[in-house]
Amino acid sequence: MRRETRKFVDTVEMQEPLAPRESRWQEFWRLLKRNRLAFLGLIIFVFFFLTALAGLMLTSGTRPVLDPAMVRLQERLRAPLSSPNLEMLLPDEIPRLGVYLFGTDDLGRDVFARMMQGAWVSLTVGFVAVGIAVLIGIIMGGISGHFGQNRIRVDHILATIFLLSGLVVLVLLVRPLWATLLGGFAWGCMFSLWWRKVWGGLSLPKWLSILRRDTISIDTLIMRFVDIMLCFPSFFLILTVVALLPASMYNIMIVIGLTSWMGTTRFVRAEFLSLREQDFVTAACALGVSNWRIIFRHMIPNAIAPVLVSATIGIATAILTEAGLSFLGFGVPPPHATWGNILSDGKNFIFDAPWLTFIPGFAILIVVLSFNLFGEGLRDILNPKLRERY
Amino acid sequence: MLAFIGRSIIQKIITLFFVSVISFLIIHLAPGEPSQVDPLNPKFTPEMVERFRKEFHLDRPLYVQYTYFYRDLFTGKTVSWKDNRPVLKKIWERFKNSLWLFIVGTILTWTLSFPIGIRSAIFRGGFYDRSTTFFSYLLISIPGFFFAYILIIVVVNTCHVPVIGMETFGIGEPPWYRWFMDRIWHLLLPSLLGATAGIAILSRYVRSQMLEVESQDYVRTARAKGLPEEQVHYKHALRNALLPFVTMFGLILPGLIGGSVIIESIFSWPGMGRMAYEAILARDYPIILTVNFVSAVLVLAGTFVSDVLYMVVDPRIRL
Repeated sequence: MRRETRKFVDTVEMQEPLAPRESRWQEFWRLLKRNRLAFLGLIIFVFFFLTALAGLMLTSGTRPVLDPAMVRLQERLRAPLSSPNLEMLLPDEIPRLGVYLFGTDDLGRDVFARMMQGAWVSLTVGFVAVGIAVLIGIIMGGISGHFGQNRIRVDHILATIFLLSGLVVLVLLVRPLWATLLGGFAWGCMFSLWWRKVWGGLSLPKWLSILRRDTISIDTLIMRFVDIMLCFPSFFLILTVVALLPASMYNIMIVIGLTSWMGTTRFVRAEFLSLREQDFVTAACALGVSNWRIIFRHMIPNAIAPVLVSATIGIATAILTEAGLSFLGFGVPPPHATWGNILSDGKNFIFDAPWLTFIPGFAILIVVLSFNLFGEGLRDILNPKLRERY
Repeated sequence: MLAFIGRSIIQKIITLFFVSVISFLIIHLAPGEPSQVDPLNPKFTPEMVERFRKEFHLDRPLYVQYTYFYRDLFTGKTVSWKDNRPVLKKIWERFKNSLWLFIVGTILTWTLSFPIGIRSAIFRGGFYDRSTTFFSYLLISIPGFFFAYILIIVVVNTCHVPVIGMETFGIGEPPWYRWFMDRIWHLLLPSLLGATAGIAILSRYVRSQMLEVESQDYVRTARAKGLPEEQVHYKHALRNALLPFVTMFGLILPGLIGGSVIIESIFSWPGMGRMAYEAILARDYPIILTVNFVSAVLVLAGTFVSDVLYMVVDPRIRL
């Protein structure tokens, strides 16, 4: 009896190797470790992320541990690793580390504290700008790839104009903000109800049937819009808008995000066009799965690989753009330190105090390089065609 | 072919119209007005502001301003708000300066990136290939302004030549060979900087094209029939790998007006990018809009040229 059970268990165990030997994440991790440059990029990125978090915590608040704005005019342009001149300083002004790790700038501010503060700016600008761009790109590309064949009718255009003009009137005339929002919500609900129940069922006389005529398809509309956006010289456009708007970190993120979604849109559209012809999407359709569930559960996870790659490289580009804007003096407003404006302040002392140029310069270089290397590695890892079999 | 050309020209004109509308709206709907640039200046009385607004149609509705602006642009009458000089003439003067940077930069990009890319494709996976890969990532990632300062320090300290500006200040009337060398030194650094990203990207692209062609059957056939390696690489592989690059001649057109803002302001180079930057600072809308419009025209013309070239060069493509 006992022996028989044992035998039974043995046969069950024989089945086990049928399951995949390693999960998707394990495989990804194994491939990443083999790609040395990409792995290095990931390590630097994690390190940078932790530094930026630490920087945010250490330099914010009313009495920060490392004060990036503390001016010590008697300690100007001290070299890196020099220790403070204790007799000349008030007790409050003595740096907590006991040493100027990265030296001081022309106002005697601790460059290490300023670099820590700037790390957080670079990180958020990169991630938020790319987040905005990827979000817009996925939505536009998804609509264009999945619903692209639908045509826009004349009455759609009129309805959009009508809806928008109603909203504009509300925004202009109704004063308290909550009333505006409430009114806008009510107006939208009423309009869409009327559209569904009344307009859709209405049979029109012959002369009005021009309203139901098809014009261009959604796909054409979105892709032409992408073409238009690609015509603008991007850095010049960003510079113009940032210069015209009031200076703030959020404006920069939003502007960079709004001018860099075109690539993602094209990738997502191409992926969707090829995915919607695949059997598993047809199967999901046949099972009666709703459109949105197909898009979010079945198509986006399969279309995400090129988006991830372009997002990683996009973060690198966004950090470079922000540094360039700060360098030209259009970045985050002055008391707040960013790597770009530390470098731009330091360039006047390039022969006397080279560390003011080289420390932020190398910091930007290393972070951007790590993102680029990781992105390129990701492209190789996520692309099964390029993957070698072992 | 003719149908394709006609259709794409019409499409591009429509795109251009929307670009002009959008850029006009962005600039005019942004907060602040050009008449308020300098509110603290005591010479700026309310009457003057009023006269200024009337002179440049700023008191009219937006669509009227739009038609006025583009009518003036096409008849060549647009004037800069800052110094009242014709915009097109101003742009042309600056364009001549930027053109030198563009020419030298393009020559550097195209002559350096092909040998580098081809060599790293031939010795794939070797030391040379891996180090050029790393260096090209390094060149893509380095912030232009930082690299500019490194180069300035190196060149000034080792060669003892001045590099800022278009020519040495107060050089007077030197003999022609000294004038020539002076110009070359001043030209070299900014154009090299403008070309770095281009060299890095283009050499990677050349490499991947070469690798793709080298794995084709006809290259294997060429090897199998015993042709010498050089002939296989340069005659069979390279010629076919060059195909996509013909079209890139069209895509470098926008670079004509792009003129890097940052590099031109570091080197005090009086080119397009710097003029655009100064115009942004002074809210000189006619110049900003014209530069935008001209660069959109160049982008569209560039894609058009590259499409047509592709059709001419590649017999497999028939639209």
